[in-house]
Amino acid sequence: MLKDQDRIFTNLYGMHDRSLKGAQARGHWDGTAAIIKKGRDWIVDEMKASGLRGRGGAGFPTGLKWSFMPKESDGRPAYLVVNADESEPGTCKDREIMRHDPHTLIEGCLIASFAMNAHACYIYIRGEYVREREALQAAIDEAYDAGLVGKNAAGSGWDFDLYLHHGAGAYICGEETALLESLEGKKGMPRMKPPFPAGAGLYGCPTTVNNVESIAVVPTILRRGPEWFAGFGRPNNSGTKIFAVSGHVNNPCVVEEAMSISFEELIETHCGGIRGGWDNLLAVIPGGSSVPVVRGENMQGAIMDYDYLQKDLRSGLGTAAVIVMDKSTDIVKAIWRLSKFYKHESCGQCTPCREGTGWMMRVMDRLVRGEAELEEIDMLFDVTKQVEGHTICALGDAAAWPIQGLIRNFRGEIEDRIRAQKSGRTGAMAAE
Amino acid sequence: MLRRLHHEQPESFAFTPENLAWAETQITKYPEGRQASAIIPLLWRAQEQEGWLTRPAIEGVAEMLGMDYIRALEVATFYFMFQLKPVGSVAHFQICGTLSCMIMGAEDLVAVARDKIAPNPHELSPDGRFSWEEVECLGACSNAPMAQVGKDYYEDLSSDSFGDLIDRIAGGDVPVPGPQNGRFASEPAPGLTSLKEYDAGKPTHNVSAALAVEHGDTLKRIDGTEVALTAPWQGKAKSRKVAVKARKVTTPGAAEAALSDKGENAKPRATGKAAPVAPEGSGKKPRTLSAPRKAGADDLKQIKGVGPKLETLLNTMGFYHFDQIAKWGPEEVFWVDQNLEGFKGRVSRDDWVDQATRLAAGEQTEFSKKVKKGDVY
Repeated sequence: MLKDQDRIFTNLYGMHDRSLKGAQARGHWDGTAAIIKKGRDWIVDEMKASGLRGRGGAGFPTGLKWSFMPKESDGRPAYLVVNADESEPGTCKDREIMRHDPHTLIEGCLIASFAMNAHACYIYIRGEYVREREALQAAIDEAYDAGLVGKNAAGSGWDFDLYLHHGAGAYICGEETALLESLEGKKGMPRMKPPFPAGAGLYGCPTTVNNVESIAVVPTILRRGPEWFAGFGRPNNSGTKIFAVSGHVNNPCVVEEAMSISFEELIETHCGGIRGGWDNLLAVIPGGSSVPVVRGENMQGAIMDYDYLQKDLRSGLGTAAVIVMDKSTDIVKAIWRLSKFYKHESCGQCTPCREGTGWMMRVMDRLVRGEAELEEIDMLFDVTKQVEGHTICALGDAAAWPIQGLIRNFRGEIEDRIRAQKSGRTGAMAAE
Repeated sequence: MLRRLHHEQPESFAFTPENLAWAETQITKYPEGRQASAIIPLLWRAQEQEGWLTRPAIEGVAEMLGMDYIRALEVATFYFMFQLKPVGSVAHFQICGTLSCMIMGAEDLVAVARDKIAPNPHELSPDGRFSWEEVECLGACSNAPMAQVGKDYYEDLSSDSFGDLIDRIAGGDVPVPGPQNGRFASEPAPGLTSLKEYDAGKPTHNVSAALAVEHGDTLKRIDGTEVALTAPWQGKAKSRKVAVKARKVTTPGAAEAALSDKGENAKPRATGKAAPVAPEGSGKKPRTLSAPRKAGADDLKQIKGVGPKLETLLNTMGFYHFDQIAKWGPEEVFWVDQNLEGFKGRVSRDDWVDQATRLAAGEQTEFSKKVKKGDVY
């Protein structure tokens, strides 16, 4: 188990002093100016060495992403935009950072903005997080009052403004280019890439979009050194990570742990075990709604990191939002609910996604009741393949993967249900 | 998803002076010529003020930002937090129904809402005070199932505690948000597994709940006087908190009041009829008593909209009896509305005077019967 002194978010539950003073007592905002004085290249190199991969779901190396920003300005300003539009079903980690440990994020914004030559940073928080927005704004005000943000921020000689902006309940705005569109005051519809945001992002200027957690861990990594951070987890999966566990565990919770922790240890140490014991475990979605579901028996020995979940289990770590389902769950209905979510949230720009998400949901709806033909399972799989990869953004993929995961892992349940419906007997299911 | 503007729209929209000052400050967050960026925050504030997003509000905001109406309409119809038709005048319950909440019992919460509020989502309850809808993931999955009411999250619900929550709000109470099962935030419920040294001496509430408690009546619509306006990015000296004088000129519910009631349910909605037209900034302090009369104070909780907290507050202000309240005219109502610390506007919103008149005459209301039976408190 991760030791308390190795935790980055020491006030994750908000039980300690939540003010700037409290944050400083816990070591935040310590030597920020000295870090900035070491220069842009040093910061980017340290971030690369730490092996931090983006915490928003895609897992792209953060240091590398930063290095895409132009070294010299061509006259256009550069922007850092923090993606706090946390809406992936199952994910509730950034909320805890923003409301209870906001100074980790604010300090990270300053350092990351400096590393990218940006004098302004926008945090785009989801609209529903009203109290979290108030808490974060209060912390930003505190930082301004203390001279940590603003002109000559924290005495570093860098002028830096930090603005809090909010959305209004669109999941798609978690996609980085849709977020930029929304921040510009338009409908949140993703842009074609290229140009990538690093070339032409917010207001057509070089922009980097990073997840809250990716930015909030930066100051601690730079203070304690990339080796320290890389010391957790397996190679290529380094660091600590906030896991958000929900569903049928005895004690659902949000907790920071070392990467590559085993699923069993995570659940046993922090969540009090699976409801009804490990034999009662049916399925797990290990990384938020967009990653394929995994059968319970395969999860028992699983290692919670990007590579294992993707390569060995054909799923993904995503946002590390672990949704646990025990045997009382109707797994077909569970995936149907996700299909409904994606249909609701499709922005309607690309035809395969706009039409496909509705189509998939309607077939799933019949599969839940068993009112379908066996061939339709393959037809549904085929449709998911036609949506996947044929849309501007990844929402089409995200809508396809849970269904593919269901068919791959729980085909038997779907078939049983169809047969039972056809024969008019429900006995086949009850006998299980 | 097809989202259209409501078929009945009010004549006009105007921000309260405080909200206008707030809106103008927001625009300065964005570079010159990029003021359109402020559209979501401004539309949201308009909705917070009026309860729902009206066509005049959308067009007014578009004009403020120099945008074509159609661009603003696109934004208003694209984002699901914008309510394009009236919602309950007191509270709109948004129940999270996505996977984590579903498997933890969100469907039971929806059943409670159907039973207690209205059979269908977005439908007003018979008295017009409540409505509900199922929303997609609200991002509090470790605290599932949960629901949002106004600005606040009520987490770790069960069908019992959710039903109780609706009843308490209906009775005029403002329940403390956050986990409803005694948990602090999103830590493991039986006890901490990490960061244990901070457990002792922790504050009473997590940040979200603490902010709500600080605000007092979190259910009421906001007019901009609730929080001091800050704009630190404008780089003024340390005292850059822009003091906004507490002054209230608009009547909450004006948007609905302006609606014609033709074709709507025969009974005018509570806010529609209740909003008294009071002279600006005036109001008259009603007569008070220093102590209840000999027979003892009336149970003011029999008035729908007065909970235990409000009853205590009223008593300290010198109000103990139904007949006292029954005597208030529009000016007195306005005065009390303004002086109910944390509960501003409640007298007219819930039409206390009418209720008190009946109770003082010895009659019963639907609600007072329930209180007497002990169903509410």
